[in-house]
Amino acid sequence: MASLTAALQSSVGRKILTGITGIFLVIFLVVHLAGNLTLFAPDQGESFNLYAQFLHDLGPLLWIAEIILVVLFLLHAYIGISIYLRRKKARPENYHLYKSQGGPSKQNFASKSMAVTGVVLLIFVVLHILHFKYQAFSPETYYTTINGEEVKDLTRHVVEAFQNIWVVLAYTFVMLMVGVHLKHGVWSAFISLGAGNPKKTAVLYTIGTIVAVLLSLGFLFIPIYIYLNGGV
Amino acid sequence: MSNNETMSLTLKIWRQKNQNTKGFFEEHKMDDVNPHMSFLEMLDLLNEHLMQDQKEPIEFDHDCREGICGSCNLVINGVAHGPEMRTAACQLHMRKFNDGDTITIEPWRAEAFPMIKDLVVDRSAFDRIMSAGGYVSVGTGNAPDANAIPIPKQQADQAMDYAVCIGCGACVASCPNSSASLFTGAKISQFANLPQGEPERKRRVVAMVEQMEKEGFGDCSNYAECEAVCPVGISISAIAEMRREYMKALI
Ligand code: HEM
Ligand code: FES
Repeated sequence: MASLTAALQSSVGRKILTGITGIFLVIFLVVHLAGNLTLFAPDQGESFNLYAQFLHDLGPLLWIAEIILVVLFLLHAYIGISIYLRRKKARPENYHLYKSQGGPSKQNFASKSMAVTGVVLLIFVVLHILHFKYQAFSPETYYTTINGEEVKDLTRHVVEAFQNIWVVLAYTFVMLMVGVHLKHGVWSAFISLGAGNPKKTAVLYTIGTIVAVLLSLGFLFIPIYIYLNGGV
Repeated sequence: MSNNETMSLTLKIWRQKNQNTKGFFEEHKMDDVNPHMSFLEMLDLLNEHLMQDQKEPIEFDHDCREGICGSCNLVINGVAHGPEMRTAACQLHMRKFNDGDTITIEPWRAEAFPMIKDLVVDRSAFDRIMSAGGYVSVGTGNAPDANAIPIPKQQADQAMDYAVCIGCGACVASCPNSSASLFTGAKISQFANLPQGEPERKRRVVAMVEQMEKEGFGDCSNYAECEAVCPVGISISAIAEMRREYMKALI
């Protein structure tokens, strides 16, 4: 691609960038979910602590990954919101009566609320990092030993956090919003990146919905199960 | 409705003198609408009544009245070209409505389609997108042999599926973002599928996308509302193909 600024100045370039950043964020969510599900390995959460330890031991590699993620996330949010804001300029006087034709149209709750669900995700990610990475809302630290070494017991940290019904409800809400964002998002990224011929668009939409439902359910499972079960 | 009884309708029609004045809805009652009339014939009849009453007739765009020129730009009850899928407003018949219905009629609304009068807007932005790259270079002189360049049937059909675009602008009118991506995508894809489009291939997509931007159309959010209202049923895959072409041109 010629340059980022050039791409940002063309509507097609902007869409390709939303698609690329969106797909990478989805891939991140898949990896994140897989890592989180180690909480439920039948070893009282040792796997999850080992997984956290493994990430920490990556050192500078982890920082690079984090920086890339932050850049992808902010670029995605910036373009997404600016696309949303441009619509007012492109149609200064709105229809007095407007309806969707239905049929192949993908105008629905999910597609119409992309900017809202996106902002929810933006706020959530900030709070989520403060919550679990910086322990901003639960300063107590628990310890456990792994291979004779004393380390933070992050499994316990997660379990304690999800004993609070309000935390569980908040996570439930946000994870549903992830599903709603991705119901349109995954399909949209396919089309933004040039996928499909006329016969395949319906299939792509179904695949997008399936990915959205699976990711949403996977993330929903964690707080709800821990709350109901009182532990992992 | 298959008999010849007339229908009564209430029409709420957008009136606007020009770009610089504010528009408003004008209400008209009709009780002599024949169900077999086309939507435009119904408007003709209304205009006759208005002229008989020494009132100014309603301006609306039309030409072929057979669904091929793309002039009949009406948003009917909130949907570009009205309630019937794959049907231009001129091909829509009054029997699709019920006796006693209220029908709201608005013009295409987009910054890039400036108001001319009442229901007529200026769609020359589409012409400028076409001039930017929607052509192929041919040698002048004798007409080339029709079969000089063999094209696989499937590819020719695919190109034709995009080439059927009548340039009406319903895609823009119905898009929540007022994006012209379906139109531009169809025009780009039609050439991308044919060997004749090859020489200008890269230049074409970049120039047409640039012009689309300059005209003030919005961005595409892949809502696919355009495909739903397109009177000739062009698939949103035209937009995917435009992005593919764009990536190929830049990489
Ligand atoms: C984990 C976080 C996120 C994931 C996995 C994600 C995923 C996606 C995907 C796959 C798309 C489709 C891209 C395309 O249309 O080509 C998308 C679109 C969008 N995203 Fe996100 N997103 C995330 C966070 C955000 C945030 C934080 C915002 C804004 C604050 C946001 C706003 C948007 C908007 C507005 C669109 C629609 C763009 C358009 O209308 O064309 N997203 N997202
Ligand atoms: S008047 Fe020509 S398409 Fe309707």
